[in-house]
Amino acid sequence: MASITIRDVRKSYAKIEVVHGVNLDIASGEFVVILGPSGCGKSTLLRMIAGLEEISDGTIAIDGAVVNKLEPRERGCAMVFQNYALYPHMSVAQNIGYSLKVAGVPAAERVQRIQAVARILELEHLLDRKPMALSGGQRQRVAMGRAMIREPKVFLFDEPLSNLDAKLRVQMRSEIRKLHRRLSATSVFVTHDQVEAMTLADRLVVMNGGRVEQVGTPAQVYSRPASRFVATFVGAPAMNMLEGTVTLEGLSLLGGSRRLAVSRAGLPVGSKVAVGIRPEAVRMVAPGTPGALAATVDLVEELGAGRVVYVDLDGAPFSVVTSETVHPEPGSAIGLQFAESDLHFFSSETGSRLDVFKASVPEPAL
Amino acid sequence: MEKRVTFGKWTIGILFAVPQLILIFTFFYWPAGQAVYWSLTLQQPWGGGNIWVGLDNFRSILANADYWNSITASLVFAGISTGLAMLIALVLATLTDRQLAGSRLYRVVLIWPYGIAAPALAMAFRFILAPEAGFMAAVNKVWPGFWDPGLNGADAMASVIIAFSWKYVGYNFIFFLAALQAIPRSLIEAAAMDGSGVIRRFWDIQFPLITPTIFFLLVINITESFQDSFGIVDIMTAGGPANATNLMVYKIYSDGFKGLDYSGAAAQSIILMLLIIVLTIFQFRFIERRVHYR
Repeated sequence: MASITIRDVRKSYAKIEVVHGVNLDIASGEFVVILGPSGCGKSTLLRMIAGLEEISDGTIAIDGAVVNKLEPRERGCAMVFQNYALYPHMSVAQNIGYSLKVAGVPAAERVQRIQAVARILELEHLLDRKPMALSGGQRQRVAMGRAMIREPKVFLFDEPLSNLDAKLRVQMRSEIRKLHRRLSATSVFVTHDQVEAMTLADRLVVMNGGRVEQVGTPAQVYSRPASRFVATFVGAPAMNMLEGTVTLEGLSLLGGSRRLAVSRAGLPVGSKVAVGIRPEAVRMVAPGTPGALAATVDLVEELGAGRVVYVDLDGAPFSVVTSETVHPEPGSAIGLQFAESDLHFFSSETGSRLDVFKASVPEPAL
Repeated sequence: MEKRVTFGKWTIGILFAVPQLILIFTFFYWPAGQAVYWSLTLQQPWGGGNIWVGLDNFRSILANADYWNSITASLVFAGISTGLAMLIALVLATLTDRQLAGSRLYRVVLIWPYGIAAPALAMAFRFILAPEAGFMAAVNKVWPGFWDPGLNGADAMASVIIAFSWKYVGYNFIFFLAALQAIPRSLIEAAAMDGSGVIRRFWDIQFPLITPTIFFLLVINITESFQDSFGIVDIMTAGGPANATNLMVYKIYSDGFKGLDYSGAAAQSIILMLLIIVLTIFQFRFIERRVHYR
């Protein structure tokens, strides 16, 4: 078990900087998920922790010791790769036991430890098979076993579930979570899948364009996104964003065609803002209800447990998630209502959060 | 289900195959058949009929010590030059695969030797390795008499081996590099995470995964070393000194076209063909077992 301290870490390829000074503290035994779109530098950051990429600037310390110049093997990390990276010419047992063999562990002890790991991962009957003869989920488990057997200080996961089908992904997700509870080793998990991120993380790190946008518990990130990017990236369907201007009465939205009477609490009149509202926080009401925004239904997506209703708000796309058993007809007029406390305000220029209103969810202590 | 495009009439398929079949027949089966026929007869040196002699040609060749010397020389040449060409190529390819500076350049430059005709490169090496004026003259100045391929059979053999290997290093390099680059980078990284160093990674991961290529090159190199060596030997040593570099393929030429013993030369080429066939079967039977196909 180990803590990881990342200080001002930068990464450049030739002259192009892809990670622009990341600071992050990962506590011992914590499960941290780095979430971001592809190309945001999340994998690069993970690979720098692993020692597979050189650190251009800044320091990474594991358990207080700076590891910048250490070889991967000297850092005490184990990694699960996206494509599993199993050795195709070795059997499952050889794959799992390779690190022990390299470390010179005697054969008898090796067999014992391979057996123990195989038992946890239910791979005992597959030990003699080659990776070719395994299914995706089994390969995934072998890759996990290969990481586990070393009893590493830190587990690194580089999008390990993205090659699995949806059902298996959910299953492996909970297995990884269970495994973490059992081993309680510090884990860093990189993904672009926000559901995966929300369900796995003790703490979520949202990255974009080589920068950390927000660090917090999944609930914090969801309820108080620190930037416009985080707001639209976390949550599905994405948070609705409407451009607006602060007026004396409240807000003027969509170039003045809609007005919203909200308290402007501190924001200077005339400032440009982006107003965010989660699709889950919107209620559909009869058209013409006082205070509601009028809109036209575009499309209804049936999810079984609920529906996503896509509406048109003077040309701006807007979505509503509802679990009520209403089936609005495409083309029909409806009204949209929401609580003032559910609105998120972001600066139109910088995209950062403007804290006008109190968060609707109290912040859990870390 | 796999869908196959097939020809409606089998005759169309045959028509497409005919040009290739004509080529193979004209340039392989016909001459090979002729060689077999000649080897069983005694040809007049200046034409005009032949006499059926059965296996007499083979008997007289195999009773000749010069011929056994030629087989030995060929096997030594094949073994050392194949080993050298493959080993050097593998080392170069491994270094290039690790993306050392200039690796893009090597990739292009190293294939060139293979494009040079054997006699031309032999001429170049004849100058380079000339004991009185070439590169080795400097060595001879320090240790007089150290290098003299004109008198010393071992030196002569070394010369032709060096020239031949030089040509095939480039060829092997391209195949090795392609094989190494086909190994997913994440496998190497996974091995690095597992604590394996550069050398260990090579033996545990890269080497087993390129065994199909190694096997392929082994077969090609050995086969070529029996056949493609002719031009090099002819220019550099002409089989000398004292038959030290009189490889089988060169002896066929000198016996046939200089000694005008067509029948004996034909019998030798049949033996050479059988030897290559046997060696290839042997490689497929015993070495291929150790190959990991993915």
